[in-house]
Amino acid sequence: MTPAIELRATRRAFGSVIALDSVSLTVAPGEFFALLGPSGSGKTTCLRLIAGFDQPDSGTILLDGEDVTNTPPFARNVNTVFQDYALFPHMTVAENVAYGLRVRGIAAAERSKQAVAMLDLVRLGEFGARRPHQLSGGQRQRVALARALINRPKVLLLDEPLGALDLKLREEMQAELKGLQQRLGITFVFVTHDQGEALSMADRVAVFSQGRIEQLDTPRELYNRPQTAFVASFVGSANVVGREAARFLTGSSRAFAIRPELIDLLTPDETAADGCVQCAGEVVDVLYHGASSRLRVRVDEHTTLAVARAETMGDGVAGLATGARVRLAWRPEHTVPLQD
Amino acid sequence: MAGRAGFSLQGRQAFYFALLLAPPLLWLGIVYLGSLFTLLLQSFHAIDEFTARIVPQFTLATYRQLLTQPAHIDIIVRTLLMAVAVTLAAAVIAFPVALYMARYAGPRIKALFYVGVMLPMWTSYLVKVYAWRLILAKQGIASWGFEQFGLMGALDRALEVPVVGGPSLASSYIGMFVVFVYMWLPFMILPLAAALERVPASLLQASADLGARPGQTFRNVVLPLALPGLAAGSIFTFSLTLGDYIIPSVVGAPGYFIGMMVYQQQGTAGNLPLAAAFAVVPIVLIGLYLALARRLGAFDAL
Repeated sequence: MTPAIELRATRRAFGSVIALDSVSLTVAPGEFFALLGPSGSGKTTCLRLIAGFDQPDSGTILLDGEDVTNTPPFARNVNTVFQDYALFPHMTVAENVAYGLRVRGIAAAERSKQAVAMLDLVRLGEFGARRPHQLSGGQRQRVALARALINRPKVLLLDEPLGALDLKLREEMQAELKGLQQRLGITFVFVTHDQGEALSMADRVAVFSQGRIEQLDTPRELYNRPQTAFVASFVGSANVVGREAARFLTGSSRAFAIRPELIDLLTPDETAADGCVQCAGEVVDVLYHGASSRLRVRVDEHTTLAVARAETMGDGVAGLATGARVRLAWRPEHTVPLQD
Repeated sequence: MAGRAGFSLQGRQAFYFALLLAPPLLWLGIVYLGSLFTLLLQSFHAIDEFTARIVPQFTLATYRQLLTQPAHIDIIVRTLLMAVAVTLAAAVIAFPVALYMARYAGPRIKALFYVGVMLPMWTSYLVKVYAWRLILAKQGIASWGFEQFGLMGALDRALEVPVVGGPSLASSYIGMFVVFVYMWLPFMILPLAAALERVPASLLQASADLGARPGQTFRNVVLPLALPGLAAGSIFTFSLTLGDYIIPSVVGAPGYFIGMMVYQQQGTAGNLPLAAAFAVVPIVLIGLYLALARRLGAFDAL
């Protein structure tokens, strides 16, 4: 099957800053694909290249098998939901949604019919006559979505679309976007710096750092098998144990990562199961999060491990305070060896 | 907008605010609005033809005089047509300059353009007008330039056009028009550039993203969002042309303009009521212009 999007060794530099360093990736049709990374990692540059707002210095961009590297944005069958929504302030909501049809010369009656249908799809049927500034952030975001979908693009690009929404609305929109994508069967490419968002929504995630893709995998693989220290600490939280500390803890000088929730906290009279790695340490601090608690345990002068403990019984870390002596244990198969 | 940014003032703070606002409010309220009101009042008085004294009684005689004498109507129409022509030309010339300044120029070039646009305003207005008379004179730089490019024939033909032509550029309405446009161009460029600079780049990208060609993006997004700037600039060029009396008396054909009429009636002729009535004409015309601009939606994007 022809990939919906293919980047071949794309490179883009701004002066001496290399925003994108020879990045290659393919996105399958109908896939929900996330570009995840901290700001300045190249994920937005990557999206802008796909949309056509920017051209790569070298490399090739293909949409549906067709080379579009030098095709202007208006001639690409791709639409974008902008971070600031970019709704036209001088048009009504319905005019905004119908804009893509208007510039293609579709008749006014047909335009308004389709705009109404699109607004119904994003549950804003009543709001067609309003101006964008009369809507809330969440409503504006749905207008931006309807406007981008009206041209029935092969690929929908979303640039941090949920960034400006509050937490509760963001969670609602995540579910809504995912549902919409499955119903429409359109390829979604989603830029985010929020790893939780990427994990919960995407089929596959490309983790960007310093203009390169650190790892491209399914969310489950990314979380369970991070390949680099960067991915391990950026996706979820992880204890990244360097070579020195690894030698002291396990006897092997291979760097590894372990998730805080996979480290056991032993009571004084408990013994670790066979084959477990064990160590002792001193509690640095305890943070109560409701469903779980998190403590940091200093196991040697340079190494502090985070330990997460479910608060199922309400007394997960009861009695533990800064300075308490504890013993930790984990199964070797729960650790993930990292590339140097 | 005001509701979101505003906050309520209380006690001491309100007192200090009142203290700060009092001088400008007094200035605007008494000195400016007061004079305007006196002007309006004067226009409803009339002059006694025999004694040349102003009769302080309410009468519409002066307005009757203003609107029934063909010579007066000529002056009003002439001034209005010039103001409209100057405004249109200034808008057409200013738009590309403002667009380049606001959206395409780098920071250095942009600064250079701003200085370049404002620099002429640092020179005395009178010096510029008289300089233009020399430039446009029969043996001046302008006609020399036309000659160098072999365009003397075109210039002659333009000057042969009835009404707007004349013996030389300096003594024709074409020349006056050129000077007006030159003088007021900065007042059109600056608000236009400010309006264009406020248009977020993402709106232009969104338009292109949805399939609009550059020309469509210009018509559907850039132009409507630049309208408030265009309206602001055109109010400057329109009202400045309506009220000016120096340019028409230094450059151009001998026909009178409203400003010259006000100057002459309150000075040499000593007919203050008629001068006041003439001064009310630009106010009414600008009022009508603003109403029209509002009707056309020029302020919708504000």
